[in-house]
Amino acid sequence: MSMEKIVCDKADLIENSGVCALVQDEQIAIFYLPGTGNEVFAISNWDPIGQANVLSRGIVGDLQGEIVVASPLYKQHFSLTTGKCLEDESASVKIYPVSLINDKVVIQ
Amino acid sequence: MKELNVVVVGNGMVGHHFVDQLVLSSIPSIITVIGAETRPAYDRVHLSEVFAGKEPKDLALSTREYYEEKGVRAIFGDAVVDIDRANKCVATQSGRTFSYDKLVLATGSYPFVPPIKGSERKQCLTYRTIDDLGEIKSHAKHSKKGVVVGGGLLGLECANALQNLGLETHVVEFAPGLMGVQLDEGGSQMLRRKIEALGVTVHTQKATTLIDDQSDETALRMHFADDTHLDTDMIVFSAGIRPYDQLARKADLEVGERGGIVIDYHCRTSDSDIFAIGECALYGNMIYGLVAPGYRMAEVAVQQFSDLEEKPSFKGADMSTKLKLLGVDVGSIGDAHGRTAGAITYVFSDEKAETYKRIIVSEDGKRLLGAVLVGDCSDYDTLLQYFLNEIELPASPESMILPNVDGGAPALGAAALPMTATICSCHNVSKGDIFAAIDGGCCSVGDVKGETKAATGCGGCAALLKNVVDDEMEARGLTVDKSICEHFPYTREELYHLVRVGGIRSFDALISEHGKGLGCDICKPTAASIFASAWNDYILESSHVGLQDTNDTFLANMQKDGTYSVVPRIAGGEIKPEQLIAIGQVAQKYKLYTKITGGQRVDLFGARLNQLPDIWKELIDAGLETGHAYGKSVRTVKSCVGSTWCRYGVQDSVGTAIDIENRYKGLRSPHKLKFAVSGCTRECAEAQSKDVGVIATENGWNLYVCGNGGMKPRHADLFATDLDTETLIKYIDRFLMFYIKTADRLQRTSVWMDNLEGGLDYLKEVIIEDSLGIAEELENQMSQTVSTYQCEWKTTISNEEKLKRFRQFVNSKEEDNNVIFVEDRGQIRPASEDEKTKLIAKSA
Ligand code: SRM
Ligand SMILES: Cc1cc2nc3c(=O)[nH]c(=O)nc-3n(C[C@H](O)[C@H](O)[C@H](O)COP(=O)(O)OP(=O)(O)OC[C@H]3O[C@@H](n4cnc5c(N)ncnc54)[C@H](O)[C@@H]3O)c2cc1C
Ligand code: SF4
Ligand code: FES
Repeated sequence: MSMEKIVCDKADLIENSGVCALVQDEQIAIFYLPGTGNEVFAISNWDPIGQANVLSRGIVGDLQGEIVVASPLYKQHFSLTTGKCLEDESASVKIYPVSLINDKVVIQ
Repeated sequence: MKELNVVVVGNGMVGHHFVDQLVLSSIPSIITVIGAETRPAYDRVHLSEVFAGKEPKDLALSTREYYEEKGVRAIFGDAVVDIDRANKCVATQSGRTFSYDKLVLATGSYPFVPPIKGSERKQCLTYRTIDDLGEIKSHAKHSKKGVVVGGGLLGLECANALQNLGLETHVVEFAPGLMGVQLDEGGSQMLRRKIEALGVTVHTQKATTLIDDQSDETALRMHFADDTHLDTDMIVFSAGIRPYDQLARKADLEVGERGGIVIDYHCRTSDSDIFAIGECALYGNMIYGLVAPGYRMAEVAVQQFSDLEEKPSFKGADMSTKLKLLGVDVGSIGDAHGRTAGAITYVFSDEKAETYKRIIVSEDGKRLLGAVLVGDCSDYDTLLQYFLNEIELPASPESMILPNVDGGAPALGAAALPMTATICSCHNVSKGDIFAAIDGGCCSVGDVKGETKAATGCGGCAALLKNVVDDEMEARGLTVDKSICEHFPYTREELYHLVRVGGIRSFDALISEHGKGLGCDICKPTAASIFASAWNDYILESSHVGLQDTNDTFLANMQKDGTYSVVPRIAGGEIKPEQLIAIGQVAQKYKLYTKITGGQRVDLFGARLNQLPDIWKELIDAGLETGHAYGKSVRTVKSCVGSTWCRYGVQDSVGTAIDIENRYKGLRSPHKLKFAVSGCTRECAEAQSKDVGVIATENGWNLYVCGNGGMKPRHADLFATDLDTETLIKYIDRFLMFYIKTADRLQRTSVWMDNLEGGLDYLKEVIIEDSLGIAEELENQMSQTVSTYQCEWKTTISNEEKLKRFRQFVNSKEEDNNVIFVEDRGQIRPASEDEKTKLIAKSA
């Protein structure tokens, strides 16, 4: 998917938590962590282990310096920067380059 | 090896232990156990607890089903009357005969009733069996006054029982002092003083000569040798025990001069195929009137049937005891009377605090020979270990019992104990066994308890067990780092304290003051739970939103396909038809799968994120509110129908369940909390499997705490009896707040209790006696929580900002196309992967 698309407003985001956006039939989880380098992070909403579209509803935080979201189903952690699962090397999720431009959330 | 035909006579505590050990061993055997009592073995040691509210069934050590399952032939209510040694068989009263290869006598003992004229009257009772208990209870109903003959250990326990039954209680003792076997004169005097202060009248040096019925007011009059008398309605004899050795005498087995079946160190009687164990056996001219030595005998006897080269032997047993009599702590170790030649004695007596301590030390001052403690048993464990393991005493042995003036007594480090030191004598667990359990992966006191059974008998060894476990964990560098996660170097309890004391109300403040990094899915929900317990703010407050588990964020439980369930509160399980209809209508309208839960309410499954607010709006309009099925919080208060309808009910269990549920609903805690209220002892609400269980009695309520169903079931502990409703609530308030304050994250009350230093007794001290002086604070905190309750769903549906969170997509009205239902038994369920693939193929 190649695109540069305004997905939503910054006001739609929730501080230190996630929301989900639908972009060309793909469910994208967008997290807003003020105070961290990127501030916004986007990964696929699909939990490959729990087999459901739920990652936007997980708790975010950091483990050993890696910014992660914990799946709300079975609690595995996925890196918000690499998409890798910390507990299971064979599992990972797609990541999307995302930035905040003029209070808009833009996915490249 | 050929199967041995083993017959056991007597199904008391020791007889049962023998059968159990034999069943567990690999020795091929056919076992028959014949008991004179009508019920399978039960815990005689805790007999008195029946007076304090326990049911006889709670004391059971075995059941008919258990024996059946293990292939043991068990016969109850039929005494063995004859042993035919020549033909190797026994005969019972009812005429049945059983042949044996090996016979084990475990007939125990019976209470001695001195040959006093009149002692056969119907108001004269004894105290040994569950049936005796029934007799005592029923006589007590028509009595005002009761006398216990015998001021020994059992006599005083019996006096306690009579007092519990509301009788004016007297103890009559022949000797000059109470508990003469275990205590010296000083200790005995202090005990008397304390017991009299509790309202029991003690008469010493009284020899009863006659019991007649000349009195007008009471049923009986006891006459004493000194020409005095005492009137009473009933008498319980507790003047010592005598071994049941008649069978052995009749069969010409060797018996002791003063009774008891003589055994050798293999528990063998004078007939090499007959063994005797427990209180009927005489070893080294001594009857061991305690259960632990009996258990050791049973274990030794079992091994005589094994093919071990060297069979283990019974080596006698320590008779030291620690107990609480009428609420007074009493301890006796070894040579309490200082009879050893050259012994040196140290005594410390504090008449103000009413404590008495005496130690008896060897001539060279190096070894502890014995000790007596009355009123304060805190030094018992340490002293016992010095005694049992012959550890060298400090240069000034008196420091062992002197109060904490100058740094105080050198508490015995667990490291000083040898590997063979017995830590738990009830279950014969040594320090070595505990180390082995730790080797095997146990890493907490709770784990070790589960693995070794240590501290699950009388509980007296709990503090020592904790010392040994903690000490060893630390020595191995295994001290489980108690910090909750990498972001906070604190335990949950410490964080709770920091939040309370610092008035901290947000995670940002907490982590910047006391932690580091961004936080994670461990510390964030923990902090959210602590904030909720402490301040009870709306959990979806902006600063709290990111902290909550998904269930709390969306006030609903996430299911495997990402949809949610909806559970309205149905307090006590009572629901009006209109509300039931409303729930049905909502379910129908939103096509939700509907199920009655195990917690007496209705669960609606399959709601999509975006449907939740509408569903809840309709439920709230129908008068329902959130059931907190998603939170680590109070779930349900299960009730039975109670006295309102049930012919057995003695209190209104439904009413009380509803009141309790409404009081504590919304309370956030380290783990979920479940309660139940039963209307009588039939216990249809299963209260004894709940964190807080309440069972109605004729006089009020019995309170049980720390039960658990789930993965590791635990029976709740009886905490207090016959409470009025106000006291009941007061205790529950304190209990819950104390748990919330001190428990670990996700630690249910059952596990918390198993890890609580001091266990149930300590908890009672804190909650009932307010030993920490925090009862008022706990009550205030609870009333603050109760008064700030809100239905989170009600708050949420009236807040536009919050509702935005329930959009499936921030930029689209589409729904999650991976959520697909199929129908089964007329209702929806999530489609399986296969079904999804097929359905998608079809539609394409
Ligand atoms: C719905 C229900 C099953 C049912 O259809 O009957 C249920 C469903 C769940 N139980 Fe339960 N439990 C339900 C009654 C019970 C009971 C029975 C009872 O409460 O009388 C028990 C045993 C009693 C106990 O808790 O001691 C029970 C022991 C558990 C446990 C094990 C707890 C433990 O200490 O071992 C878990 C796991 C946990 O909490 O960590 C659990 C966890 C769960 C979870 C939350 C699993 C999850 O994380 O998704 C399920 C959520 C379903 C949902 O969306 O509502 N559920 N669960 C029952 C809801 C009762 C209610 O009205 O609120
Ligand atoms: C109120 C009370 C409190 C106690 N407190 C403590 C305590 O705190 N700590 C402690 O260590 N100990 C305590 N004890 C003592 C403890 O209960 C005994 O040491 C233990 O029960 C002995 O077990 P046993 O199997 O030898 O005898 P029992 O438990 O008495 O069992 C013997 C069984 O054999 C049966 N029997 C007898 N003759 C026959 C026959 N001919 N045929 C068939 N069956 C027969 C009897 O009916 C009985 O059921 C207490 C005892 C009582 C009564
Ligand atoms: S028993 Fe297991 S599967 Fe059944 S409801 Fe409880 S947690 Fe779910
Ligand atoms: S000594 Fe009784 S439980 Fe350990």
